[in-house]
Amino acid sequence: MAKVLLIAEHDGSNLNPNTPKCVACAAAIPGAEIDVAVFAESAAGIASQAANLESVQRVLSSENAAYRGTLAAVLAPQIVALAGNYDYVFGPSTTFGKDLMPRVAALLGVNQVSDIMSVEGARKFKRPIYAGSAVVTVEVAADVTVIGTIRTASYRAVGTGSSAPVESLEMSAEVPDHTRFIASETGKSDRPDLQSAARVVAGGRALGSEENFELIYKLADKLAAGVGASRAAVDAGYVPNEMQVGQTGRIIAPDLYIAIGISGAIQHLTGIKDAGTIVAINKDEEAPIFEVADIGLVADLFNVVPELTDALD
Amino acid sequence: MEKILVGLKRVVDYNVRVRVKGDGSGVETEGVKMSINPFDEIALEEALRIKERGAANEIVVVSIGSGEAQQQLRTGLAMGADRAILLETDAEPDPLSCARALLEIVRRENPELVILGKQAIDNDNCQTGQMLAALWGRPQATFASKLEFDGGRVRVTREVDAGLDVIEVDLPAVITADLRLNEPRYVKLPDIMKAKKKPLDQLPLADLSLPDSPAITATRFEPPAARERGIMVQDVAGLVSALKDKGLL
Repeated sequence: MAKVLLIAEHDGSNLNPNTPKCVACAAAIPGAEIDVAVFAESAAGIASQAANLESVQRVLSSENAAYRGTLAAVLAPQIVALAGNYDYVFGPSTTFGKDLMPRVAALLGVNQVSDIMSVEGARKFKRPIYAGSAVVTVEVAADVTVIGTIRTASYRAVGTGSSAPVESLEMSAEVPDHTRFIASETGKSDRPDLQSAARVVAGGRALGSEENFELIYKLADKLAAGVGASRAAVDAGYVPNEMQVGQTGRIIAPDLYIAIGISGAIQHLTGIKDAGTIVAINKDEEAPIFEVADIGLVADLFNVVPELTDALD
Repeated sequence: MEKILVGLKRVVDYNVRVRVKGDGSGVETEGVKMSINPFDEIALEEALRIKERGAANEIVVVSIGSGEAQQQLRTGLAMGADRAILLETDAEPDPLSCARALLEIVRRENPELVILGKQAIDNDNCQTGQMLAALWGRPQATFASKLEFDGGRVRVTREVDAGLDVIEVDLPAVITADLRLNEPRYVKLPDIMKAKKKPLDQLPLADLSLPDSPAITATRFEPPAARERGIMVQDVAGLVSALKDKGLL
């Protein structure tokens, strides 16, 4: 038996689509019994979504106003108070989990396995390093709690239809007053969410301006696709930071990824290597993106992107 | 603020294409260009800007690693740091050990603020800053893209997956720098000369008598699964038909 505690990610009202992928990873641990913990200002709806997930044994639902903004300094001690009952504590390798889980690990006096991409044994995992230029197999020492973040692009979400029991959990650790949540400035968009979209169209520096990015949006809307960008396009101010794909942005795995005017630095490629089909449109035939593209087109994006958009009518 | 502590890690340069050794025992680091971890450089730049507008008196840079990390500390001093500390070890310390070592330096130096890079681009662990904040019992503000100071508090804008979060933390605190916090300055030759005279203290990491961290042992390194190079199409019609062939349209 291997008792796993998985920390759910949510936006205050809905479970994040990464959590069902984390369940899939946790379920790969031999003999896993998976509990999902929900810490939220208003937890009931999120907890019932978690309870629907296959492979989940039990949902622990903790509700408190202090959980607004899911601050690591607030959540970590609560998780530590539970950790004694578990062999594994996992979270997603998203900005939420990356912020939170090392704080948990340090309070427990252990190191963390970051960005788990596969489970190779009870305490053995694979993870990418050097922006995905290498994959390392690591083994966690016996007799310590395994703390890990899960690279969700490596997993397919578990199904729904189960109904695990939901137990309410009292807040058990003190809430520090040195850290306060002020506000979220979330980009509002009617487009599919970049992280979970089946299709993603992404633009790079070659777009040249915020206005020209309109070409990307138009194509994306024809395909009902999410929109992403390279670091260069974000740095240049064409699009906001939440659209960045790559080592320090989103790691995604859509069925179709169309990279437009993106040269394909290793730091970008690591964010898309699990995509089903990669299409690259770039006028530089030497661009490294073509080394990983399933379909490549050497052309001026300003000519072919409108043409492609029209062709999809 | 009296003092800001900044961590600088020596890593394989951003532009080097890292290769796994043939025997799977590690990655090839012999003879490759080494640099300051880019996120740490951003952390130092931010500390320097705080000092330059009169809000801090002293910037101390600290590194944990081999004697060669002196080079990166000298670069940090040339950028404008006042003093450097090298905790010397030939082992590759894990994040928890680094956090414990940094905590020891924090106890000796009493900085009001610690700024680290959000992650090192070699092991991509993204753990040390959060761990230091936890062990210190102080706030953490990770993935920072903007800092606004107000007395003993700092309002931090954080780059998160959904966009931006704003939090407020009391000092002392640990902040980890994201890409868009600033653009680090270039080092000028006269500054490199001046940096040679700035103090750089070296002490063995072992002298801190830190507890051993439970190990996560790397047993094998391998190259990532390669994606096959696909087909090239000549025009939009070719692209559309290739997508149709794959059932994607």
